[in-house]
Amino acid sequence: MSDLRLALAVFCAAMLVALPLRAMEVKAAVLRIDRVVGPPISRLDERPADLGFAGAMLGNEDNRTTGAFTDTDYTLKTQAVAPDKAAAALDALKAEGFGLITVIAEGDILKALSDRAGPDVLLLNAGARDETLRDADCRANVLHVSPSRSMLSDGVIQFLMWKKWPRILLIHGSHPEDQLLAENYRKSAAKFGAEIVEEREFVDTGGARRTDTGHVMVQKQIPVFTQDAEDYDVIIAADEAGVFAPYLPYHSWNPRPVAGSAGLRPVSWHAAHEAWGATQFQRRFEKLAGRSMREEDYQTWLAMRVIGEAVTQSGKTDPASVRAYALSADFELAAFKGQKLTFRPWNGQLRQPILLTDGRVTVSVSPQDGYLHQHSPLDTLGIDAPETACHAFGG
Amino acid sequence: MLRSAVVLLPAVLAFAGPAEANKVFVTNERSNNVTVLDSQSWEVIATFPAGNRPRGITISPDGKELYVCASDDDTVRVFDPETYKELHTLPSGPDPELFALDPSGNPLYVANEDDNLVTVVDVKTRQVLAEIPVGVEPEGVAVSPDAKTIINTSETTNMAHFIDASTYEIVHNVRVDQRPRYAEFTADGKKLYVTSEIGGTVSVIDLTAPEPAIAKKIGFAVPGILPEWLQPVGVKATKDGSRVFVALGPANRVAVIDAARDEVLDYLLVGQRVWQMAFTPGEEFLVTTNGNSNDVSIIDVKEETVIRSVQVGEQPWGVVVAPN
Repeated sequence: MSDLRLALAVFCAAMLVALPLRAMEVKAAVLRIDRVVGPPISRLDERPADLGFAGAMLGNEDNRTTGAFTDTDYTLKTQAVAPDKAAAALDALKAEGFGLITVIAEGDILKALSDRAGPDVLLLNAGARDETLRDADCRANVLHVSPSRSMLSDGVIQFLMWKKWPRILLIHGSHPEDQLLAENYRKSAAKFGAEIVEEREFVDTGGARRTDTGHVMVQKQIPVFTQDAEDYDVIIAADEAGVFAPYLPYHSWNPRPVAGSAGLRPVSWHAAHEAWGATQFQRRFEKLAGRSMREEDYQTWLAMRVIGEAVTQSGKTDPASVRAYALSADFELAAFKGQKLTFRPWNGQLRQPILLTDGRVTVSVSPQDGYLHQHSPLDTLGIDAPETACHAFGG
Repeated sequence: MLRSAVVLLPAVLAFAGPAEANKVFVTNERSNNVTVLDSQSWEVIATFPAGNRPRGITISPDGKELYVCASDDDTVRVFDPETYKELHTLPSGPDPELFALDPSGNPLYVANEDDNLVTVVDVKTRQVLAEIPVGVEPEGVAVSPDAKTIINTSETTNMAHFIDASTYEIVHNVRVDQRPRYAEFTADGKKLYVTSEIGGTVSVIDLTAPEPAIAKKIGFAVPGILPEWLQPVGVKATKDGSRVFVALGPANRVAVIDAARDEVLDYLLVGQRVWQMAFTPGEEFLVTTNGNSNDVSIIDVKEETVIRSVQVGEQPWGVVVAPN
């Protein structure tokens, strides 16, 4: 009896590590939809031509290294097109047999692509942060590896509450995405007990983003713009369009710190992050890309690693199996953030800590100590299961 | 019957007389030095500079050479354990973190995370003998008691690679949970323990069959501690095959495991972010490095209790005890 049991145990254990007998092939694509945008306020923020692609290449390399031991071959195609070519590019990728497509696009484009892609394709969202894509407009064929706006805003507000800086002057831009971001800060403030004492809108009046000696004018404009506000602890800038936020630090009327779109920024990644073994990861990326890693690169790396882990662990390569494994309780991914990343099964969002950076160092990482949750502290960031309006995942 | 007598004999010998005083060397990752403790008085007897960001540490079987991974110097520094003078350096590849010495004292197997290689270094000639391609971000290295097999764990590939020490070829790969950090053979070479920091488990790999296979995965649970913080890192097995100790990182606990059944018996509260561990030669004591409380905890192995903690440098990381 005990021999039989032992034999069974050994057999089961052998099955656990049994490697596929025949070669598997995984074809992954990254589709980046490039809208024409003006130059950023800071030239340090110029978009590299391989933005997002380089991260995917590193992820693909990592998968290939592992694949050498599991007899799995990974190929990657990267493509950047204008918004009016997005649908055709998706169709062409599908026709070429790509069923695992990582997309860097704005929310409305991603939504259109997901409706067009159909159930045989799995899209991995490595760009759009719109809440609605994870909520009422969620789609069963999209997994989100990029954090949502509310995960970012919750990450900032938790930190401000830990600091006991609860009074906020919210300055938002005039673009629709700025309004959406501002709304997330309002909700986060209400969720964690911060108070938005006043709101102001910085209207984008157009014109050149940068001019020679532009700082002279900024130094005169911003103090006046922030004058006579209700007493506050921190300015939060909601400036997704990138029009004004970097001008706020040091120029506000009152000597107060800035967070949000400038100052202390919530990010999925930044190039100075070193904790939890990230240094080697940064170096591997820099060696490959010849530049430092951006958020988009981390997110596409994540997308490739989600695919790689799901394929390695499940032994299957089709999009439906990758999706099913990623959403299962067995899925876990180590990604240099100090704990495993998993998907929220009710809306396909990857749970992840949010880094808070001043642009030079990791200032803090949210969730903050003391924000507890019955399932995972990571679910204190963003929409939680009881609040979700997403029903495409069987919820 | 004969076997149990053989197993008992070393244990009896170990407790026959008073423990000898041995030097305990602790690398301090942040303060760039090594703290030397006396294993009888547990007093700090010396501190010496060890290059930039010292982490992995080991000592030659004859006790004459102390090897330190100076991670930010991209080299392995070799010190005289008596004088604390640096003797020379060894080529390691960039950012060495962990390594293992062949039981004979040569060669040294170094995990080279940046290039997905295990570098084999001859400690006498100071030459690189081989570079073995492994998975992404190689980390833990272990050598089997018979010196025939080298284990390397790769943190992003999530495998334990079994490398033939004579051919330097990978002969087996065993998939484990996320971010495998450290590997430890039992003294009889029949089992291998691999910790998965992010996966939160220890894989027990059975080595008695022709193919190594996972026999069990040990999980952890401590009331009041978030499961996310139960992150197994260092692991040490007693020579008598009775106990395995697992450092649980930010959970500030060392798990005591019954090695016969591979089940957790107890959790010992140590310092903050417990990382690596080392036995004294007779296995009377186990020393743990506690990175966030800047101390080491001393565990009485027989009693399975923490008897004291000793302040060392900033962010202690690795530890090794000089042989008798």
